[in-house]
Amino acid sequence: MDLNRCEAYAQCAFQAPDVFAMHGEEALMYEPCPGDERREQVMRAAASCPVQAILVEWPGGPAVPEEAGTGARG
Amino acid sequence: MTSATLLRRITDYAARADPYPLYAELRRTPVARQEDGVYAVSTYWEIAGLLHDPRLSSDPRNRVPTAGEEDILEEEQGLPPSFLRLDPPEHDRLRRLATRPFGPPDSLRRVSDMRGDLARMVSGLIDGLRDREQADIVEDFAYPFPVMVICNLLGVPHEDEGRFHVWAEAIVAGLDPGEEGEGPAERLRAAQRARMELGRYLAGLIEDRRRAPGGDMLSALAAGHGDRERMSPLELVVTAVLLLIAGHETTVNLITNGMLTLLRHPDALRRLREEPGLAVPLVEELLRYEPPVQLLPQRTALADIDVGGVTIPRGAPVWLVLASGNRDPRRFPDPDRFDPGRTGNEHLGFGGGIHYCFGAPLARLEAQVALTELARRLVEPRLVEDPPPYRRNPVLRGPRHLPVAFDGCVP
Amino acid sequence: MPAADGSAEEFRRRGHAVVVGASLAGLRAAETLREEGFAGTLTMIGDEPHEPYDRPPLSKQVLLGRTGAGDTLLPRRRALEARWLLGTAATGLDLAGRRVRLAGGEEVRYDRLLIATGTRARPWIKETEATLDGVLTLRTAGEAARLARRLDARPRRVLVIGAGFTGSEIASACRERGIDVTVAERGPAPLVGALGGVVGAVAAELHRAHGVDLRCGITVTALEGDQAGRLRCAHLSDGTVLEADVAVVALGAVRNTEWLAGSGLAAGPRGIACDAGCRAFDVHGIVTDDVFVAGDVARSPHPLFGYQFLSLEHWGNAVAQAEVAAHNMVSPGPERRPHLWLPAFWSAQFGVNIKSVGVPPMGRELAVVQGSLTERRFAAVYGHQGRVIAAVTFDHGRWLPFYGRLIESAAPFPPDFAQVDRAPGGPRPIPAEFPDPALPTHGPTVTLSGYAPSERRVTFVPARV
Ligand SMILES: Cc1cc2nc3c(=O)[nH]c(=O)nc-3n(C[C@H](O)[C@H](O)[C@H](O)COP(=O)(O)OP(=O)(O)OC[C@H]3O[C@@H](n4cnc5c(N)ncnc54)[C@H](O)[C@@H]3O)c2cc1C
Ligand code: HEM
Ligand code: SF4
Repeated sequence: MDLNRCEAYAQCAFQAPDVFAMHGEEALMYEPCPGDERREQVMRAAASCPVQAILVEWPGGPAVPEEAGTGARG
Repeated sequence: MTSATLLRRITDYAARADPYPLYAELRRTPVARQEDGVYAVSTYWEIAGLLHDPRLSSDPRNRVPTAGEEDILEEEQGLPPSFLRLDPPEHDRLRRLATRPFGPPDSLRRVSDMRGDLARMVSGLIDGLRDREQADIVEDFAYPFPVMVICNLLGVPHEDEGRFHVWAEAIVAGLDPGEEGEGPAERLRAAQRARMELGRYLAGLIEDRRRAPGGDMLSALAAGHGDRERMSPLELVVTAVLLLIAGHETTVNLITNGMLTLLRHPDALRRLREEPGLAVPLVEELLRYEPPVQLLPQRTALADIDVGGVTIPRGAPVWLVLASGNRDPRRFPDPDRFDPGRTGNEHLGFGGGIHYCFGAPLARLEAQVALTELARRLVEPRLVEDPPPYRRNPVLRGPRHLPVAFDGCVP
Repeated sequence: MPAADGSAEEFRRRGHAVVVGASLAGLRAAETLREEGFAGTLTMIGDEPHEPYDRPPLSKQVLLGRTGAGDTLLPRRRALEARWLLGTAATGLDLAGRRVRLAGGEEVRYDRLLIATGTRARPWIKETEATLDGVLTLRTAGEAARLARRLDARPRRVLVIGAGFTGSEIASACRERGIDVTVAERGPAPLVGALGGVVGAVAAELHRAHGVDLRCGITVTALEGDQAGRLRCAHLSDGTVLEADVAVVALGAVRNTEWLAGSGLAAGPRGIACDAGCRAFDVHGIVTDDVFVAGDVARSPHPLFGYQFLSLEHWGNAVAQAEVAAHNMVSPGPERRPHLWLPAFWSAQFGVNIKSVGVPPMGRELAVVQGSLTERRFAAVYGHQGRVIAAVTFDHGRWLPFYGRLIESAAPFPPDFAQVDRAPGGPRPIPAEFPDPALPTHGPTVTLSGYAPSERRVTFVPARV
């Protein structure tokens, strides 16, 4: 998440309410490493962010063995 | 000056089917003064900058009326401007209050919970096409669907559609700055009358909801949130009018433009059928490639603004040509290509800054559900007419009819 | 082909890049190296045992109990194909021999080195008190996990020492969880060092409105434990004894440069000095060409701010500087870029989104241009020598890009134009009330222009008086 870019349009919170939430009017809270079952929600959120502040890890996750763990990290 | 006639050529009906070459011409002068004093802004970074510029007002009361407009603006005092056409702090307060029953932080899941209802409405509408070989995507689908949705959301009886349809048409036509037909002044006057009537109708409904609240947004707005700040009765009516209208023609056009674009790009249609998840970036790309709101013609400079090598003088009307910014090659690689998988798509389809579309999450959901289902269920759909006949309005641009032939529907 | 270009090309194809510090800046730099076609060997050295993770959530979501301290891993932009030496500290640098010494005694040779060792939390001054059970700091995931566990155990009172951003965010999390918290701040208000006394006063109201027991102009003189070595209470400079079972020391950061002592690099407590192209200076002030620096540990000159060296402990700076450093590592001279990032950060506390662009502490005066301080919803700009030098917003973030452009174009201060939501009579400049108004250097005014990073360039314009 690049919260410098974020302009609190809350589009992500509409699209992925289990992952993103507005904290007050403009402060965004999010789950940094949502599970794979949330991946679709997160993709929706990332696509709809008007300032493209949400970085989703590329599908498949890190290729290096010691970097285990996949999934979208907002 | 060629640029002087350019905007006129864009609003001219002849350009409606394909205004994009004219936008490309317009972009040669990013900020172009038109002969009537309007400044047209057509390049991405300049538009994005101005959407975040506090020196630009959305409030019509800041406009220096041109001859013939004075009395209209006078009449406008009948129903005050909605937050679409207000500046901070009033804008922020009203938008905040309207957001409470609609989205985060107070109503986290209202929109995402509508998905099931939307899917049912879409299924029902497509079921109705089962025994046919041809349909008008506008009349048979793209119009009735968003109207049902917004009625459900607000708590407006769908049976009354016939009544407010006429008002809605007149209000939307009021946005049309083109010289054709009865002319902008007359259209504006008619729009104001329609706004009054729609307001009166909604005021009655709000009164009902106050007495017997339901789970809808009007009930929630009427009830307010305890002793926290609330809308005045008049503000409530004006906001209800805005919500009912804003979600209307725009979403119709998004779905219709979407179907048209898919039929023109069979590869994209096939991909969408095979991977429904594509609907998400595809709808964003549509909002870039064929945005339902082509331009924002209602802003006024409150101070001299230096932008794109030009000084827009204080008091000048400013048009932000969103659809042109969306095709700016300095921002989007290969901008005239429809690329449903495009990434980093910071399009201007919903505007930006504090007036960023309030209904965007709903509009996205509607278009995603609608297009995925149309793609999946219509068998061998094809355009009957290309280009289809367009509406006159250059601001809310879209086909009036979209006749499509097909070989039945799958369940 | 000129030598410099030849070596950049050679490096790009089969050189060895070593990154020390495997966190935000290190990771983003490594990704950029690959993005820009670096095909050689890449070694990542980090003393923490974890994969690179994100720190901002540690004082927010993690303390609220919404996210586990181990669940803030940074998303990867691409595959890296790197050798990872995690849990391994670098202990020395041989500049002439181009070698990094590791804790185990091993040495790693490099052709080009990036240093991104960041900072750590400044510990409590008195060592014996610092080791009391219940005295904590917050910088790493491990520290966040410890603090989160303490909060889960519902302490009777938490004492936060220092009301900077981290301290304020900790206090905010405590209050949201219904935990009593006292904040002791030496200055007149929270955030004064970063935003000045005027905005600090607003922050103070925020604290108090949320039930924080905020004590300003106060220092903690001693922390006292019981026989079991558990924190029991704190002694304050006004004579008060405050019972608390947790004390979080939030007194800022210490730069991780000790491992470079004696290396010949210009590294010290203030960080590692580098040029605008992220190349480290040696102790003689001569710029190196194979050692680069990025992130919290770097100090670099910024043309917009009188070429002063800025140390920016901001997330966005770490990312932007890492990208520039990596680009320059693989690029021949003429293609190198300066790090001209406009400083920006955010903080979320007490349900308010605080954002800033520019360098507020350089401002002598500020003017509220939108909203109002009393509603705690506003945009304020800071002025220095008649130009806009910074802006801060409380829940007004959408306007910030506009003020960023005012800074980049050296717009006059106070802003003299009409705009929406303008106070009657226009904005009135008032002293920004920084504790120590450091007078920046004079000189030509510099403005930034262009949008794509490659388009960024410096334009000199005559100084405005
Ligand atoms: C709790 C918290 C909240 C924050 N919130 C915000 C915020 O809201 N907004 C904002 O803009 N910024 C925020 N920041 C700041 C932001 O996180 C930092 O600017 C960013 O982490 C800097 O990244 P870096 O890679 O330069 O340094 P670091 O993240 O400090 O990483 C340096 C790494 O190098 C390692 N290292 C050090 N020495 C050695 C050695 N000798 N050998 C090997 N490895 C070594 C360290 O252990 C560490 O892993 C916050 C920071 C913290 C701690
Ligand atoms: C595809 C469909 C839609 C498009 C393309 C669209 C586009 C836009 C645009 C461009 C604006 C900015 C206007 C400006 O800056 O002056 C806007 C504002 C607005 N839209 Fe939409 N809209 C759509 C659907 C909806 C829906 C479904 C609703 C209602 C539920 C809605 C409600 C609003 C409101 C209330 C505003 C005013 C926001 C403000 O001023 O703060 N829109 N829309
Ligand atoms: S959609 Fe984007 S801008 Fe909006 S709150 Fe989410 S991250 Fe921020």
